[in-house]
Amino acid sequence: MSTEALNHGDDNLVIAQRLAEWVSRGPDLETDIALGNIALDHLGVARALLSHASENDGGHEDDLAMLRSEREFTNLLLCEQPNGDFAQTIARQFLFDAYQLGLWDSLSKDTDVTIAGVAAKALLEARYHFRFSSSWVIRLGDGTAVSRRRMEAGLSQVWRFVDELFEQYPDLRPAWDRRVDDVLTEATLIRPTDPFQRRGGRDGFHTEHLGHLLAEMQSTARAHPGVSW
Amino acid sequence: MTYSVPKVAGEVEVDVGRDQNRAQWPLWEVFIRQKRGLSHVHVGSLHAPDSETALLSARDVYTRRVEGISIWVVASTDITASDPDDADAFFESIEKPYRHATHYEIPDEVGQM
Repeated sequence: MSTEALNHGDDNLVIAQRLAEWVSRGPDLETDIALGNIALDHLGVARALLSHASENDGGHEDDLAMLRSEREFTNLLLCEQPNGDFAQTIARQFLFDAYQLGLWDSLSKDTDVTIAGVAAKALLEARYHFRFSSSWVIRLGDGTAVSRRRMEAGLSQVWRFVDELFEQYPDLRPAWDRRVDDVLTEATLIRPTDPFQRRGGRDGFHTEHLGHLLAEMQSTARAHPGVSW
Repeated sequence: MTYSVPKVAGEVEVDVGRDQNRAQWPLWEVFIRQKRGLSHVHVGSLHAPDSETALLSARDVYTRRVEGISIWVVASTDITASDPDDADAFFESIEKPYRHATHYEIPDEVGQM
């Protein structure tokens, strides 16, 4: 099984599930649809990569998504963090989008042809996602006193999951720092610090949130095993 | 699915319902030129706080299923529209053949005009 395909497949699957929780709960119609669209983009990438990951075993993307336990999921901890308020969701998305810009660019040159193909397409989507999330970081950060505090709180909440993004791809860190800092500067926000960085997602050691997410995501499939949709 | 929303010190709850004017974002008209289209077509409108957000929202709401190639967003207040009740006086009746160049034959070399 391709670990790389599994890892990035899991990242995108989990964050897609998180964004889907916003559907029908968005602050306004346009944002509701936007978050849904972004969720679907991530889900499309997840499907392509999980299919690829399960190819050699004769398995199926649905089994990987619906039948694995949290100890078997390899997603980054950032992706499974709860939505919180809109600012926290945007904070999580912004940091992840900045990472995916560098990641897909790098993977579009991968020797694995399928991964390279998925990466090339995902890069275009990531450029739009980054435009959307950074646009909101700027508006919330450089907005009212309340929106600024919420944006600061959101970023602080997820900053402890940043180092894990670069464990496998340390070369991507400098460009990520520049991208993030440029936006934070324009948003008149101070870059958070968190010395207590968390890791372990790739090894199946997750925060307490993933269990709840999977229970909700997998419950229907597990209640009707073997059913075709 | 419930999740806790962080409380922010000093935040004042705004009752959005009571003051619609303050809570309402400006309205924007959206025009989209499709990949297979020749010109921008009016597809609808949306509320957004500024032009960049209006552009992103238009892309999210109106190009989900149809591939767009260009979007224009225009603040609704910038549009001057003709009065529909005045349409019969405002627009010419077409029964004025002396306005058309119907008797001129276009040479083949000119092509479609």
